Amino acid sequence: MGMPISLALRGAHTRDDRAEGAWQAALAELRWVDAVFSTWRADSEVSRLGRGELALEACDPAVAEVMRLGDDARASSHGAFDVWRTEADGVRRLDPSGVVKGWAVERAVAPLLELPGTDVCLSAGGDMVCHVADPDGEPWTVGVEHPFDPMRLVARVPVRRGAVATSGSAHRGAHVVDGRTGRAVASLASVTVVGASLTSVDIDATTAFALGLDGPDWLRSRLRTGVVVWADGRVEAVG
Amino acid sequence: MRRIVLWGLSTLSALVALLGYHTSTSSVMTTAPEAAFSGSLRAQAATGGGSSGAAGSASGSGSGSGAGQASTAASQVAGDTVQTRYGPVQVQVAVSGSTITDVAVLQYPDRDGRSVQINQYALPQLINETLDAQGSGISMVSGATYTSQGYLQSLQSALDQAGL
Repeated sequence: MGMPISLALRGAHTRDDRAEGAWQAALAELRWVDAVFSTWRADSEVSRLGRGELALEACDPAVAEVMRLGDDARASSHGAFDVWRTEADGVRRLDPSGVVKGWAVERAVAPLLELPGTDVCLSAGGDMVCHVADPDGEPWTVGVEHPFDPMRLVARVPVRRGAVATSGSAHRGAHVVDGRTGRAVASLASVTVVGASLTSVDIDATTAFALGLDGPDWLRSRLRTGVVVWADGRVEAVG
Repeated sequence: MRRIVLWGLSTLSALVALLGYHTSTSSVMTTAPEAAFSGSLRAQAATGGGSSGAAGSASGSGSGSGAGQASTAASQVAGDTVQTRYGPVQVQVAVSGSTITDVAVLQYPDRDGRSVQINQYALPQLINETLDAQGSGISMVSGATYTSQGYLQSLQSALDQAGL
């Protein structure tokens, strides 16, 4: 399975060497994250950590950072979000993917943000960081995909500097599991969260989705802004 | 300019497939100045001008009460402090006749940075639209389009191909 990485630039540096260099730097960062964190590579640090072959202290410091984010998310979600998953065979598996994606894009966008006078929107698999050079400038307009029809939108969000993340079961079957019950989430179709940091809105979108029925109220308790699509197709704004 | 790469992150895909390399630029920087507080504004204009978030609602509620109290010419009137969900807001208006000539914000809820956030990303507007890539005004799509397969059938894919 692949993941689309999309970049949109407006302003001073859109197609010159500087823009190209920043784009290559962003991709290099994502490649590095993949090499360290991929659960699909048996030799990645995270795979070896999960199998107990490598101590956390022996991993790159970034692994400990991500594990801390996972611990925080488990605590704030009362266990609904957990980077450790007990599989059907009783084996505990480490899968920090739910933390890594937003965190990785937030790291990868850094070289692009250094392009002077340039607006940046970097998206990985539908989660994105938006930035406009002029804090009062024309915002990016982010569409929120309809979970049942990827050619339709349920909402649009103007974003100058911030992040948007969506968690859901669209296109991939039920891939988010409620850590409290171990069962796939059935009450919600998708959760979108808008906020300042992609790392935290990505985690909160996944957590709210995993919480199912309790997800929208949990988002409100955290003063979050976003959009929830229920499994029956109802759309609800949060915030 | 828009660039796309299809690539596996935490989902092994050693292959980096460059799907498209579009150099068309959409540098339409319509940086409309927000002149909500720059004077010579009528009450209605002050309300509508700051449409992006707390500043808009602040001037709306504040100038309303201020204008109500002002019946004499060229006077400064401080409005009541209004409690909004983001904190207290108070504005002062200068009124000449029935026209607000200046609006100043005396109190602004910026202690927790929330007002800055409101300016930086607004509440999502609910819509139900079937869009094509052209003319949608959409820059990027947020969704659970995780896989290459899902991506290829998505509006994001159409946007990327259009190079918008």
